[in-house]
Amino acid sequence: MSLGTSLIVWVCFLPEVNADWLVQARGHSHYCSLIGGFPVSHRGGSEGFANYQDEALREGKSLKDEDVLQHLPVGTTATFYFRDLGAQISWVTVFLTEYTGPLVIYLLFYFRVPFIYAPKYDFTTSKHWVVHLACMCHSFHYVKRLLETLFVHRFSHGTMPLRNIFKNCTYYWGFAAWMAYYINHPLYTPPIYGEQQIRLALILFLFCQIGNFSIHIALRNLRPPGSKTRKIPYPTKNPFTWIFLLVSCPNYTYELGSWLGFTLMTQCLPVAFFTLVGFIQMTVWAKGKHRSYLKEFRDYPPLRSPILPFVL
Amino acid sequence: MSAAAQGTSKAAHGDVASKKKKGPGALATAYLVIYNVVMTAGWLVIAVGLVRAYLARGSYHGLYYSIEKPLKFFQTGALLEIFVFPCNAFGFYLSCSGIVPSSVVLTGFQVLSRVFLTWAVTHSVREVQSEDSVLLFVTAWTVTEIIRYSFYTFSLLNHLPYLIKWARYTFFILLYPMGVTGELLTIYAALPYVQKTGLYSVTLPNKYNFSFDYYSFLILIMISYIPLFPQLYFHMLRQRKKVLGRTEDYSKVE
Repeated sequence: MSLGTSLIVWVCFLPEVNADWLVQARGHSHYCSLIGGFPVSHRGGSEGFANYQDEALREGKSLKDEDVLQHLPVGTTATFYFRDLGAQISWVTVFLTEYTGPLVIYLLFYFRVPFIYAPKYDFTTSKHWVVHLACMCHSFHYVKRLLETLFVHRFSHGTMPLRNIFKNCTYYWGFAAWMAYYINHPLYTPPIYGEQQIRLALILFLFCQIGNFSIHIALRNLRPPGSKTRKIPYPTKNPFTWIFLLVSCPNYTYELGSWLGFTLMTQCLPVAFFTLVGFIQMTVWAKGKHRSYLKEFRDYPPLRSPILPFVL
Repeated sequence: MSAAAQGTSKAAHGDVASKKKKGPGALATAYLVIYNVVMTAGWLVIAVGLVRAYLARGSYHGLYYSIEKPLKFFQTGALLEIFVFPCNAFGFYLSCSGIVPSSVVLTGFQVLSRVFLTWAVTHSVREVQSEDSVLLFVTAWTVTEIIRYSFYTFSLLNHLPYLIKWARYTFFILLYPMGVTGELLTIYAALPYVQKTGLYSVTLPNKYNFSFDYYSFLILIMISYIPLFPQLYFHMLRQRKKVLGRTEDYSKVE
């Protein structure tokens, strides 16, 4: 049933509310069960369909999925405001799609599939070993991301707007194609400082990959399975997490480091552009996260910066 | 009971708060007025320059050279609108003319495309400067900008003559297509020279592993007009209905 963009509903609490109908009788003082069982708040579970979420007790702040009507600061009747968030898609679906693309696309360029380069180069391989190394690193990075999406991350929100998948995939797939084109080009020029530069870049890349993974694990462990609690992350026994002393979002810091490593390794301007754009976006996210940490926790460590120690 | 009542009254208060509009302070208004007056004057200079050159030569060929410098100066100056004076684009001060804010993105995009055409095409490819298509878009820009900047000036001073408002939301109907035609023809005319000289292009191999083909880029720009121009045009048509439509209603009441 379609409820339009907003709907004001007077509700009374009853011992049990059937998921199929909405009761509008007044005067009862019993309370409902979990808000998830409430008729118009069903989320469907299936991706890509319209969802009504974020029942708001007052205009502005939305309720969480786990909120129980019984415990809300209202009397026996309350007004619920609903907002149509539009077509939604699950985070997991978006992540899997946007990360599989670069993995496959890069390999198409690496194997020099026809119609990309001149026909005499079809299915040839580069004579530079750094090109093979770059392919391994790039592929490893996205395989890691896919596995983390499936097994490591615990998402706060189930879904995001559907149009995001088009936006995100264009970004990831587009940049992957652009980078891969030059790195795997027959006329590719290897780094100026040769093996030294490549070795340093590889060390930086691997260090930051491990670091990024460590942070993801640490963040996962903050949150018991199935819950959406939020806690301040702290350094653990793993030295890669000690960066939490200085930074709120070290996963982004390490991600930046990985791509700097990849830029250095390939000495490719499009890769540098990709790193820059990613850095800008991650800084925006990190600042937002940092701000919400500060808002939510009174005792948040003051030494921490959002993404770069002491700087940003 | 009381908690619910509190909830509703807070919601009502929220409504009132959101209706209050934010406007620029006195100093910002002064800056904006000066800017818009200067820009109006600048484009008037260009208009007068075109007319004088036409009368002097007796033909409309090659008039670009007579207004080249002020055109570059004032069109580039419009960059201030996206980087320094977003108020212009947001239309904060359009209180007297109603509820029509223009979008920073659309205005910004338009200014950037104009600056691109002025410098990266017309200035960079000397051979197109004598083309008639250049006169076509310069004329369109000149008339549009004179009206637009005087519109902003009067709006800021809260004394907007209906004629100016009408002109701003009507002249574009002819001037937009005229300008776009001039722009596209000019880019098209520049293509052979760009291809021949490899202007602004970088080829492989090089140590940055990067390449850029300005010729293909220009073709892409031309193609982008297809989705973008209709959007801008219909946006203006919708604005027109909103802005001019209301006053038509009022006149019916009288």
